[in-house]
Amino acid sequence: MDRSDIAKLAHLARIEISDATVDDVARSITDVLKLVDQLQSADTQGIAPMAHPLDAVQRLRADQVTEADVREAYQAIAPATEDGLYLVPKVID
Amino acid sequence: MHKLTIAELIQGLRNKDFSSVELTRHYLDRINRLDASYNSYVTVTEEIALQQAAAADARLAAGDAPALCGVPIAHKDIFCTEGVRTSCGSKMLDNFVPPYNATIVENYLRDGAVMLGKVNMDEFAMGSSNETSYYGPVKNPWDTNCVPGGSSGGSAAAVAAHLAPGATASDTGGSIRQPASLCGLTGIKPTYGRVSRWGMIAFASSLDQAGVLTRTAEDAAIMLNSMTSFDDKDSTCVDEPLSDYTASLNEPLKGLRIGMPEQYFGEGLNPETSDRVHAAIAEFEKLGATVKSISLPHSALSVPAYYVIAPAECSANLSRFDGVRYGHRCDNPKDLEDLYKRSRGEGFGEEVKRRILVGTYALSAGYYDAYYRKAQQVRRLIKQDFVDAFAEVDVVMGPTATSPAFAFGSKGDDPVAMYLEDIYTIATNLAGLPGLSIPCGLVDNKPVGLQIIGNYFSEAKLLNVAHQFQQVTDFHQLTAPGIE
Repeated sequence: MDRSDIAKLAHLARIEISDATVDDVARSITDVLKLVDQLQSADTQGIAPMAHPLDAVQRLRADQVTEADVREAYQAIAPATEDGLYLVPKVID
Repeated sequence: MHKLTIAELIQGLRNKDFSSVELTRHYLDRINRLDASYNSYVTVTEEIALQQAAAADARLAAGDAPALCGVPIAHKDIFCTEGVRTSCGSKMLDNFVPPYNATIVENYLRDGAVMLGKVNMDEFAMGSSNETSYYGPVKNPWDTNCVPGGSSGGSAAAVAAHLAPGATASDTGGSIRQPASLCGLTGIKPTYGRVSRWGMIAFASSLDQAGVLTRTAEDAAIMLNSMTSFDDKDSTCVDEPLSDYTASLNEPLKGLRIGMPEQYFGEGLNPETSDRVHAAIAEFEKLGATVKSISLPHSALSVPAYYVIAPAECSANLSRFDGVRYGHRCDNPKDLEDLYKRSRGEGFGEEVKRRILVGTYALSAGYYDAYYRKAQQVRRLIKQDFVDAFAEVDVVMGPTATSPAFAFGSKGDDPVAMYLEDIYTIATNLAGLPGLSIPCGLVDNKPVGLQIIGNYFSEAKLLNVAHQFQQVTDFHQLTAPGIE
């Protein structure tokens, strides 16, 4: 992992990483990747990936409206709203 | 009153030895006087606690008292509490006041428990020392130069310092059991899916599970009875019949088959910790259990598999914190991308950022098969190790942590050294099994925990085994020095 790899990852994750810390971040992520590379030693030929400990499947329910309208309560804690909409900086000129 | 267990408090309240308001005031007074030494609480909800206590007293007087009526508890600050700030130990959620309660919080309200406050934790439950909290580290009541463990370090320190008789907690890779070990408590992580995750702020959704930290196994059984429920709102919650975990506490252990995994007693284990654990297992033999050595051959791969799966899931889960709908937003964003990047850059601490980046890498184009898919395959091998073991034994026993509590800063800035702290606990989460830690002695005047792992939905058996041990030993009654 070098500075440019971290810059690319940070962009994908939409996280600002300051210039002052990028070398430390690169070094520690390299250490973590070395740890996880131990996985390559395992023989996993023919082993199905495991997503749920009990191999559960998605529970289905009837297609009915069950949620109440709680927009006001949810927007009361938002950084910026107007007329029931969340406000962000202008994205289209 | 703070010396009493939850079982004793329930009796005392029903016998009118004291009222819930008296009991709650007593705990609030202790928190106000003593918690500056431990930093276990992030928020003390004095007003709510006293209202809930008064309501509980009315129900007790009317003879209409549910299971935990009037008993004060603390909630880990990962559980959403309506109208009460829920920070998850992060600057990102320093201003987050949830508009709803987590299901488990509702369950405790239904059963009459009183909320003393919200307790400290590693940021977004990512850590094994409580050093990553935005609100500062929690100190171990047994030695305030040492960590209480993590991520449920606030829950553990509060109970160990008798600032709450019990606390809720959560465990993704050991976050209940390791603090239980380091603070001399009983802590149980139930089977994955046994307890609702709704309203528990998500870290790694296929591993996260709520549980409790208490002083005794009997108290853990009482608290877990209230916590467990089937919940439609959590699609991974399992619709299995509920058990009364107190019902089988007194069953004898004659014939119990214990397996000791050879991989849990190898290099890296503190020799004195090993001695305490061996002595504890010998105690079970006296109670009629048989012990055999077993093998969990893929144990060494559990930490590497976890550090792909947990970061991958965390990178997806934490993408919701974008500065738009709630949580931290940076000042004067120049455009939407700047808003996302600076809000997240400012709101998350170092360890959280590191895990998001690792997870982003593991899931990025071209790497998915080599990392995520491979880790999910290894996860099945780890589960199969346990399936094979439980064909021969009833419970697996070993150490919870490699050593007693370590000093602040002693793992340096090497994240991998900290990750290896959970080497004995992580496999249980990957397999989705229930696990419990109980105190089994002291090393250097600091507690050591015995870990007991059971088969799926064997929580009642684990609590029975722990309770029987606590009937013939007094390690769970030891109190940290200096606790009034």
